[in-house]
Amino acid sequence: MEEGQTGDTLLRVERGITDEAIGQITRVEELFYELKIEDSMTRDPKVVTPEVPMRAVLELFRQTRISGAPVVDQDTLVGIISIEDLIRALVKSDLDVPLKHYMTSKVITVQAQSPVIEALKTFAQTRVGRLPVLDENGRLVGIITKGDITRGVLRALQHEIQLEELKRYRASHLFEDIISDRTSLVLRYYIKPRDFAHGGQASHHIKRALLRLGASPQVARRCGIAAYEAEMNLIIHTTNGGVIRVGIEPTDILVETFDDGPGIPDIQLAMTPGYSTASEEVREMGFGAGMGLKNIERCADSMQLESTPGKGTHLTIRIYLRPPGGQIRDHKI
Amino acid sequence: MTLQEIVAQLNLTCLTKPRDFSTVRIRSGYASDLLSCVMAGARYHGVWVTLQSHSNIVAVAALLELNAVIITENARPDQDTIEKANEEGVNLFLTDKPTFWVVGKLWEMGVRDS
Repeated sequence: MEEGQTGDTLLRVERGITDEAIGQITRVEELFYELKIEDSMTRDPKVVTPEVPMRAVLELFRQTRISGAPVVDQDTLVGIISIEDLIRALVKSDLDVPLKHYMTSKVITVQAQSPVIEALKTFAQTRVGRLPVLDENGRLVGIITKGDITRGVLRALQHEIQLEELKRYRASHLFEDIISDRTSLVLRYYIKPRDFAHGGQASHHIKRALLRLGASPQVARRCGIAAYEAEMNLIIHTTNGGVIRVGIEPTDILVETFDDGPGIPDIQLAMTPGYSTASEEVREMGFGAGMGLKNIERCADSMQLESTPGKGTHLTIRIYLRPPGGQIRDHKI
Repeated sequence: MTLQEIVAQLNLTCLTKPRDFSTVRIRSGYASDLLSCVMAGARYHGVWVTLQSHSNIVAVAALLELNAVIITENARPDQDTIEKANEEGVNLFLTDKPTFWVVGKLWEMGVRDS
C-alpha cells in the first residue's frame, strides 16, 4: 500500500478477520481523510534559529526528548534539523558550528487544514520523519510525525467507540433497568406512498436500533431485510401509505405493517416467487421482482399475511432473539 | 482480491469519497437489477454489479453491508444519491462497460463466490 507506514501498521492487523474488524479498519481509513492535520499535530513545537551551535541542538534534543526541530529565522521557516543531522556532526566532532551547516534547508511542509492522509502520503514519498505544518499564511503552527497521526486516529476512534458503547449500554440496559411484568419497546415509522427517495430509511433505522439494543448482527440483518421488503411494499403498493410497528421484547421482535388499501385479493398468488402487480414504471427501477414476500418469509421465524381487498393489509413478522426450546433456525444470513 | 485491484483493472470511476481500497477484500459478487433478488442473493461484504442508479441502491447496499456497487453503462446516479452513499459509507463506482463485461472481468480476476 502506498499510504504510508502508519497506515500500514494500523491496517495490517486485518488479514483473515471478522466482519466487525473490517468495519473498524474501514473507519480508520476514513479517519485518515476526515481528521485535519492541525487536530493531530504537536502545537507550538520547539524551534531553533540558524546560528545556534550544534551542541545546543544536542542539549535540546536530550532534554526535551524530541528528534527534530524546525529552524526559524525572523518568523520564517528556513530549515529543519533532525537527530540524523546531529549524528553526522557528532561523527565529525563538529558540535561548535552553527546548525545552519547541518540543517536541511529544502523543507517539505504540509498545510494545517489538510487531512492527515496528505501527511501520510508525504511520509511515504519522502521518507522524512517529521513535517512542519504551516497555516494558510505560511506561518509555522506545528509539527507532525507518524506517531502524532497514530495517536490522533486512535484518540478519535476511542472517542467514537466510547460514544457508541455508551449509547449501546444505555439502550441494552433498558430491559434490565425497568422492572415490569412485561416490558416492550415499540418503534413506529410512517411510510408515505410512492416515497422512493426515502425507501429503506425506516428499515435502516430499525436495524441500527436493534444493534444498539444488543441484538446479534445476524438478527439485526434479518430484521433489516424483512423490514426493507415490507417498507418497499408500503411505498410501492398502498393507496395512502402505512405504518411499520416494531415491538421489541426481551425474547423476540415483532415487525408489523398496517395499511388501508388496496389489499391483496389472492395471498397465495402474491406469495408465489416472481408474481408481482407492480407497475412497469416501478419495475424499471428494479422493484416488483415478485420476491419481496418470499424474502420476508426467508428472514422471519414466522410470518402472517392478512388482507381484505378494499380494506387493507396487515403483515406480521416474528423474529426470535432467543429461540423457544433453544433451537435456532439456520437462516444462512 | 482487493477492491483497489478491481478498481484499477476495471478502470472504475469512484463516485463516492475516496478511501484506501487496498484493505477491502472482495470474495463474492452478485449481478442483478432487481432489488429484491439482490436482497435475497447478494452476500455480505461482496460487490454488486447493476444498471440501476436511483437512490434506493444505497439503501440496499447499506442493509447488505456491501463493499462496492458497480454501476454499469454510465448510468450515473444523481448527486443526492452519491451524498446518501457517502453518509451510509457505501462505495459507488461507475463504468461505461456493460454488466456482462464487468462480471466477466471479476470472474477472471477470481471473484467467484456467489
